[in-house]
Amino acid sequence: MEDNMDGMTDSSDYVEMWIDLFLGRKGSEYFCDIDPDYITDRFNLINLQKTVPKFTQVIQYIVDELDETVLESMSHSRLEQLENDARKLYGLIHARYIITIKGLQKMLQKYRDADFGRCPRVFCNSQPLLPVGLHDVPGIDSVRLYCPACEDLYNPKSSRHSTIDGAYFGTSFPGMFLQAFPEIVPRHPTKTYVPKIFGFELHKQAQLARWQELQRLKLQKSLEAKNVDFSKNGGYK
Amino acid sequence: MSEYIADRNDDDSSEDSGSYEEWIPSFCARFGHEYYCQIPSEFLEDDFNMTALALEVPLYRQALDLILDLEAVSDDEAEHGENGQPEVSRSLVEHAAEQLYGLAHARYVLTRPGLQALAEKFDRRAFGTCPRYHCGGMQLLPCGLSDTLGRQPVRLYCACCGDLYVPAQARHAQLDGCFWGTSLPGVFLQHFPELGEYVGKRPVQSYSLRVFGFGVNERAVSGARMAWLRQRPSTEEEWEEYAKCEYEMPTEVS
Ligand SMILES: [Zn+2]
Ligand SMILES: [Zn+2]
Repeated sequence: MEDNMDGMTDSSDYVEMWIDLFLGRKGSEYFCDIDPDYITDRFNLINLQKTVPKFTQVIQYIVDELDETVLESMSHSRLEQLENDARKLYGLIHARYIITIKGLQKMLQKYRDADFGRCPRVFCNSQPLLPVGLHDVPGIDSVRLYCPACEDLYNPKSSRHSTIDGAYFGTSFPGMFLQAFPEIVPRHPTKTYVPKIFGFELHKQAQLARWQELQRLKLQKSLEAKNVDFSKNGGYK
Repeated sequence: MSEYIADRNDDDSSEDSGSYEEWIPSFCARFGHEYYCQIPSEFLEDDFNMTALALEVPLYRQALDLILDLEAVSDDEAEHGENGQPEVSRSLVEHAAEQLYGLAHARYVLTRPGLQALAEKFDRRAFGTCPRYHCGGMQLLPCGLSDTLGRQPVRLYCACCGDLYVPAQARHAQLDGCFWGTSLPGVFLQHFPELGEYVGKRPVQSYSLRVFGFGVNERAVSGARMAWLRQRPSTEEEWEEYAKCEYEMPTEVS
């Protein structure tokens, strides 16, 4: 909540751009910077008009084109509302932007810097993660993280990330990302864990592990028959 | 490792300057030691429980005395001993005590009262919850990947997905895994069969990549390759196949 205030006092001075202030906030680490040109192009905003009140004003506020006198005449609560609407709209535009060629490139750099964290699974060896939404509509669920190594979903470690709306990243982002950059797809780890007692594997868990390994071998066999090369990216370690 | 020791001694000196504190509760209450259970002194006083630990830990006797608060070193002596000698040996004894406590801890948590203490921590989510989205916040259990000192840091086991995770907090990620041991999750599961029953009843959920609502082609580089990792037998055919996996991998892969 205190962050709210910070954002406002500073942006009203126009010392820094709103986008830079937003991205510099603790908790904004998952977001990339969207080109102002993209934000002001009406074509990219189709169907977003109804997501916030006073849509045009919010857009102007995001790209620092809102007249200073307008800002100064606003009440405290109106400013707070504007700031919240700006963050929401930025998030919704962000979900569209990150699946464009430029946006994918920006997210690639963030992925390389492991800005989205690393997979907590031991056998994934600190594989960098990708953000994903389970819904494209805001207000339903928070952002989750996709691991390209184990292909599973994880919750963000920090509470400042676990409250970000998943719709600000969208359901298609990791799929688009890995299709755009197939060289990023790792070879998948096949090691698994079976609980042991003094070195002896638990019977039921060991049986399940064998059955799962059988499923893996069957998948590999069927895909190899379709000319998928398992010694390359997307294969097994 | 030496940084680690120095760090811990810093903590001690501040504690020592205050009033007398029992070693075990203060060790377990230290920041970063949340995964440790308090071992009752009777357990540590029983030579049978401590068999062979003297071979693994230097200064065994002094270390044990320190843990059991039997060592009558006043603050004065510790700080102003001749040529600073006692202070050095005290930090060595302190380090040995931490190792000894850890190794005894790995044994204690496999006993009935130890498992009970662990279960209470498990219920309070003292070891955190599974970071996997579809595990729905399942409580984790600590697990060692080696039973030898200094080999592998502690990891966390989720009974729901059956997988191992790195502790979320950096202060836990470097604790020595052998202080919990490789048998802990296995023994816990056997001792509390209701845990296995509970996770067995949970619906199996998994995720697959989607682009504008469509799945990714299986032959694509990013096509699904890991579904087996979270898979459980569900159809009759799969259960038959599962039965064949009881003692070994079936040789023919159809
Ligand atoms: Zn992973
Ligand atoms: Zn889990």
